[in-house]
Amino acid sequence: MSQFIQQVINGLSLGSIYALIALGYTMVYGVLKLINFAHSEVFMVGAYSGFYAATFLGIDALDQSGQSFPLYLALVVLIVAMLVSATLGMTIERLAYRPLRNAPRLTPLITAIGMSLLLQNLGMLIFTPNPRRYPPILREVRFDFGGVIVTNIKLTIFAVAMALMVGLWFLVNRTWTGRAMRAVSMNLDAARLMGIDPDRTIGKTFAIGSALAAAGGILFGLDQITINPTMGTLTGLKAFVAAVLGGIGNIPGAALGGLLIGLSEQLVAGYISPDYRDAITFLILIVILILRPEGILGVVRQEKV
Amino acid sequence: MSDAPVLSLTDVRVNYGGIAAVKGISLEVRQGEIVTLIGANGAGKSSTLKSIVGLVPLAGGVVSVFGRDIRGEKTHQIVARGVALVPEGRAIFTNLTVRDNLLLGGFLKRDPARQQQNLERCVALFPRLGERMSQEGGTLSGGEQQMLAIARGIMAEPKLLLLDEPSLGLAPRIVQEVFAAITAVAKHGPPILLVEQNTRLALQTAERAYVLVTGEIVLSGTCAELKQDPRIRAAYLGEDVHT
Ligand SMILES: Nc1ncnc2c1ncn2[C@@H]1O[C@H](COP(=O)(O)OP(=O)(O)O)[C@@H](O)[C@H]1O
Ligand SMILES: [Mg+2]
Repeated sequence: MSQFIQQVINGLSLGSIYALIALGYTMVYGVLKLINFAHSEVFMVGAYSGFYAATFLGIDALDQSGQSFPLYLALVVLIVAMLVSATLGMTIERLAYRPLRNAPRLTPLITAIGMSLLLQNLGMLIFTPNPRRYPPILREVRFDFGGVIVTNIKLTIFAVAMALMVGLWFLVNRTWTGRAMRAVSMNLDAARLMGIDPDRTIGKTFAIGSALAAAGGILFGLDQITINPTMGTLTGLKAFVAAVLGGIGNIPGAALGGLLIGLSEQLVAGYISPDYRDAITFLILIVILILRPEGILGVVRQEKV
Repeated sequence: MSDAPVLSLTDVRVNYGGIAAVKGISLEVRQGEIVTLIGANGAGKSSTLKSIVGLVPLAGGVVSVFGRDIRGEKTHQIVARGVALVPEGRAIFTNLTVRDNLLLGGFLKRDPARQQQNLERCVALFPRLGERMSQEGGTLSGGEQQMLAIARGIMAEPKLLLLDEPSLGLAPRIVQEVFAAITAVAKHGPPILLVEQNTRLALQTAERAYVLVTGEIVLSGTCAELKQDPRIRAAYLGEDVHT
């Protein structure tokens, strides 16, 4: 039993990282009907931005002298990384996708794959291909609840991800930016007729999704200890599967899908074999595409007028 | 400036991939008027309205609003000039509540007090909407959706209202209700360009009319005149005219 609880806690923690990344895929899909493959590299750049920000703020010296990194500086690191990724996401949209707005749908999709490869290679050039040890923004503390080991890192990851998702919920449901985003994803021409500028709304959507991916990147670094420029490939793919599982274009669906992917990954690793932890995600993808391609919370797309 | 028409089209053309849908039409809407553009299915009515708000590109001609040439402006910019289009098929946001649909109509008029006032105006106009504020748009009946679409247009406090076939697919009783509201809106509100296939109703509601046939205006005049025109009576009012 305690092993099960252990896996569930770890699974929710990991899953909340997938959820943060999946939100970006799903929001961009909502407004552009595009799978932004470069999103996985926005996540990677977010992780590196956090790495450099923490290093710049002197985390190594603090660590060597046995001091922990102050909370307010951790917040600064998070915000810097979110801003860097938001800027990157908006730039990608502006340079690579906006000029293709009226092109056939396959064209931006191929551009997205190209953009992903370009950024990954730029990452290797700039950050070097070597894995880096992630700075100890949080020092690990273990709590033992009758055999269930919970670390402050797992708890923090879950808490930060949940807080960001609650924030996103407010943004989407309670602000004019959110209303505009929902209107653009439901019916582009109708949104235009409301006086909404679709380009601006799409830009903001990229910014928000990318900022969440950056937070995911930092949490991933905290969790996995090392990062490298190709870290986005597998994690991004899993987050994408999470978005499809929840129903691509559906925001609560992406959050749910992320948690479910994280959970199933941990349970498979714990009960079957760690070798299958990646395979289970893709098995889920195949099953969902066969049984319910619109995803758990997705609706069959209605025709526009 | 003050006597410039609210809307004027001069030799407007719309093409779809080389096929002409609107072949050089000119029309005007002035302050205080309801003007109707009538024509059969496929005549080019919707294309005309879409070209006014920039949803389809102009292949030629000039569109001006309050005497200002708006060619090349984007839809949201034209909407910001005070032009509201209630599109054919209503295009409400089916997954949003009636209230959110209405609030989006006032996207450019966000002051909460003003929005509240506009919401009240909409409910006064269409009391049924008041009862359904927190229901999703997609759950409304066709008639209610049309009311919602018109109310959403009014939320923008438009200076010119374009209506694309508001009677389409509605039961006669509902049509009466919707058209009574349209007349009420025009009384103190913006001038209206009403596109209709329902000629009888359109000629009853509007003061002036243009008749569109395969992309060209073949007749125009006051509705009183057109109701008597034998061509209209034969072709559009279904009357047996002996000449
Ligand atoms: N998006 C489009 N692509 C190609 N042809 C179109 C398109 N929209 C309308 N048309 C054609 O243009 C003509 C006018 O259509 P429309 O303006 O919708 O007429 P109406 O509103 O009077 O029924 C029709 O022949 C229609 O088939
Ligand atoms: Mg039409």
